Amino acid sequence: MTFRQKLRIATFSTAIMAFAATGGSALAQKKYDTGASDTEIKIGNIMPYSGPASSYGIIGKTEAAYFQMINEQGGINGRKVNFISYDDAYSPPKAVEHTRKLVESDEVLVVFNPLGTPSNTAIQKYLNAKKVPQLFVATGAAKWNDPTHFPWTMGWQPNYQDEARIYAKYLLKEKPDAKVAVLYQNDDFGKDYVKGFKEGLGDKAKSMIVIEESYEISEPTIDSHIVKIKASGADTLMDFTTPKFAAQTIKKNGELNWKPLHIVTNVSISVGAVMKPAGFEHGQGVLSAAYLKDGADPQWNDDPGMKKWIAFVDKYMAGSNKADSGLVFGYGVAQTLHKVLEMAGDNLTRENVMKQAASLKDFQTDVALPGITLNTSATDFAPFQQVRMMRFKGEKWELFGDIISSDGGH
Amino acid sequence: MSTIQESAAETQAATVDAPPKKAMGLGRTASWVMLIAFLILPLLVKNFVIFQVTMVLIYGIAVLALNILTGGSGQFSLGQSAFYAIGAYAAAILIEHGGVNYALTLPAAGIICFIVGFLFGFPALRLSGIYLALATYAFAVAMPQLLKLGVIEHWTGGVQGLVVTKPDAPFGLPMSQDMWLYYFTLAVSIAIYLASVNLLKSRSGRAMMAIRDNEIAASAMGVDLSIYKTLAFGVSAGITGVAGALGAIAVQFVAPDSYTFTLAIALFLGMVVGGVGWLPGSLAGAAFIVFVPNIAEGISKGLSGAFFGVLLFAVIYLVPHGARQAAIYAETLFNKLRRS
Amino acid sequence: MELFINQVLAGIATGAIYACMALAIVMIFQAIDHLNFAQGEMAMFSTFIAWQLMQWGIPYWWAFLLTLIISFVAGIVIERVLFKPLAKAPVLTNVAGFIALFAIVNSVAGLIWDFTIKQFPTPFGSSPFLGSQLISTHQVGMIGVTLGLLIALFLFFRFTRIGLAMRAAAAMPESARLVGINTSWMVALGWGMASAIGAIAGILIAPVVFLEPNMMLGVLLYGFAAAVLGGLTSPLGAVLGGFLVGVFENLVGTYIPGVGNELKLPIALALIVIVLVVKPNGLMGHTVVKRV
Repeated sequence: MTFRQKLRIATFSTAIMAFAATGGSALAQKKYDTGASDTEIKIGNIMPYSGPASSYGIIGKTEAAYFQMINEQGGINGRKVNFISYDDAYSPPKAVEHTRKLVESDEVLVVFNPLGTPSNTAIQKYLNAKKVPQLFVATGAAKWNDPTHFPWTMGWQPNYQDEARIYAKYLLKEKPDAKVAVLYQNDDFGKDYVKGFKEGLGDKAKSMIVIEESYEISEPTIDSHIVKIKASGADTLMDFTTPKFAAQTIKKNGELNWKPLHIVTNVSISVGAVMKPAGFEHGQGVLSAAYLKDGADPQWNDDPGMKKWIAFVDKYMAGSNKADSGLVFGYGVAQTLHKVLEMAGDNLTRENVMKQAASLKDFQTDVALPGITLNTSATDFAPFQQVRMMRFKGEKWELFGDIISSDGGH
Repeated sequence: MSTIQESAAETQAATVDAPPKKAMGLGRTASWVMLIAFLILPLLVKNFVIFQVTMVLIYGIAVLALNILTGGSGQFSLGQSAFYAIGAYAAAILIEHGGVNYALTLPAAGIICFIVGFLFGFPALRLSGIYLALATYAFAVAMPQLLKLGVIEHWTGGVQGLVVTKPDAPFGLPMSQDMWLYYFTLAVSIAIYLASVNLLKSRSGRAMMAIRDNEIAASAMGVDLSIYKTLAFGVSAGITGVAGALGAIAVQFVAPDSYTFTLAIALFLGMVVGGVGWLPGSLAGAAFIVFVPNIAEGISKGLSGAFFGVLLFAVIYLVPHGARQAAIYAETLFNKLRRS
Repeated sequence: MELFINQVLAGIATGAIYACMALAIVMIFQAIDHLNFAQGEMAMFSTFIAWQLMQWGIPYWWAFLLTLIISFVAGIVIERVLFKPLAKAPVLTNVAGFIALFAIVNSVAGLIWDFTIKQFPTPFGSSPFLGSQLISTHQVGMIGVTLGLLIALFLFFRFTRIGLAMRAAAAMPESARLVGINTSWMVALGWGMASAIGAIAGILIAPVVFLEPNMMLGVLLYGFAAAVLGGLTSPLGAVLGGFLVGVFENLVGTYIPGVGNELKLPIALALIVIVLVVKPNGLMGHTVVKRV
């Protein structure tokens, strides 16, 4: 036995003794799973940098830039973050391939913020079987909050169904005799909203909804749907669409001089990338709900959180368009992971990361609206559950009403 | 457009320059080397590489199917992703709703796709070249929407798709799921490859190639155009369906987003890169569509699409006739070395 | 009845978009005898150039003109640099080249101008046309420009020396060479013109669908369908095809009960295939005589 080996065994036994002495207390002793060490934490990520959903690629770039910033500031508890991101082109088979590469070849600690409902569904079973955290997925489907069946999967943003329930509640209160038209994108995103909305209206869904119209993302314009909806005699438009189509709808409504009570989803509320292209004059009075601040909205110029965000964008994402909501989203979700890893301290096992992720208490990211915080527990894997309603006026959104918690909507 | 051959080629249908018949297969030595390499590969690499190579084999089968259609009978299809999707959904639904053994879903998927392809072949009879391409393209574009259809949502899972259970190795073999699925896929690929080579060598295959080279002449020689053209469509669709079924089992998930027009484009690129009409090239083409996007994004995240395009240009400049051309170079070189 | 008229009008308005794109597709088909998958992306890139010029303060019409010139030159350069070396390669290899070009243009545009949607100005305004709220002045302007372009193309191919030479080069390259036409440059010229027409299409379409790197994906899909429906050799057929596809699609979505709305594109495409089965060369296409 060489001296070295002796030393190693000695250290090992001390470690065990120390472990026994502290009763396995997490923070006292350094513990690592694959993907973490004294110097490094490996984070895996999947993003559609190419293909039809390439507009979301900016989220991955923002996250990479965020961790670059953290590394330059000394890392997380002294460890550098190694952020490995792959392009799945929004194709589930490619997402599976890359996830397996991240887990089996790159040996990451967690798979963080993979984007898209189909891609996440494709990798969920694999990651849960491997007991690798699938943390803060970038999709608003309701199914990510299911700790009993999928204890290794956690969402982040408010889910689409809950958001739609909030709109339903608002309508029932403010305009119970509304004649509602529903326009939705024919995919998981649009259908989740429709489901939540109908559940929110309950028995009144049948009598209130006068027309349901879907469109495919491959359609260049949805003008003809708007024409049809307007002809239905509806006075309220639930617009469950992605940014480009929301902008088209707002603009077309303006051109048609049709002024229904118009609600858009919170993915399509960017002032710079939806409301401005649609024309501010057409967007007056449009309603929505938000949980994050808007990077291009001047009302946040003096907000301390957004000042940090602006400094970050100027230094690490120079030249990018602040109106792109992906920059805010990516920053917020990366900051949440940062917080979780900080909380995990020196106990960087996958189990502990998951445990810490499930013990967020009133965590406020720089980019969330004032008063809206992240909360999780062992039985609640939905971090963001609060939104505020808002109305578009002039060239910005005006918040109104209280913070609405969406978890009670079931 | 500067040579006389070109204008001859323009007369019609010769979308494919005819490879000599001998070149359809692979030399004996090369075949054995390939086979042994494929057999021992899983023992040397990590599970995820096994998975990647399984995907290469699966796409290889799909590219081969397109090759039979285009290289074999001269018909051009941009709709292969639709048949791949039907095969995948057939397998997924049979396994998850019907409780059918995964191995039995392959022939089922193959037969279903053969029938759909055969029926599709009828309108295709009237169309040629670009018009046929549009008809198949329409099918590929429509497929994801058909899969989302509310009426069949109970079976297909609608926009959410279906999660498929991955099979364990049978008979208690000490093998990981990935390794077992790899060998299973390898066996299926070899069987399909051998059957395809024999098909093209057979009477039917010669009839198809006669149609490819000159439709009118073939018809004058007594080849029944409608039977062989629809047959080529059916066989191609059936094989693609088997590939789709294997893909569903390997990926453990089917959803409309997996089978968009992008997949049809990828399979088409696989065929061109592999060499149109050269069946072993299908494997090289499949390797291209699995690995080159990874290389491209390794160079740059923001410009992954651009680098993919550049790499693709590089390949078609170097070997405009695909991997077949590279193989011919290699063979001549090899023979020269042996003689000297 | 009112709904019917509304949907037809809305269909014509959308059809104008398809018609514009279909014209560019027919143009390139005339010159090189196959479809260019990168056509839509090239048009998108041209539109971004126009947008960028306007951002730099150049007035609309100057930006428009400059963009046309830049696109025309770029089309010729792309042909000379990228596709001339492939002239002797198999047709399918050329198609793979178009796909490569598609990937490059889309990705580069995304990197330079990012993926947020951008507003694009229109010279025609976007108020209701003649009191009808269904069709805006921009859409009428778009239809007008499309028809004007159609007439210009018709005159060009029928009456100018160079137009005749291009047709000859595409139809019978061998004979064309014998009478002294430089067929190789005719192809390049075709690329340039197709690229310029694509730029016009992009500039007209962008105010409606918003400018972003993926704006042409859907348009190209419908444009192909329209061009093929009309018969790839006829500009008039392409424009007609565009309007027909637009109207077709809307009527299917409105009047076929149950699945009509969900499946309006598949049904419209199926109808096109049926038309093609009856008329295999499209509505206005010429029959190609086959030689043995």
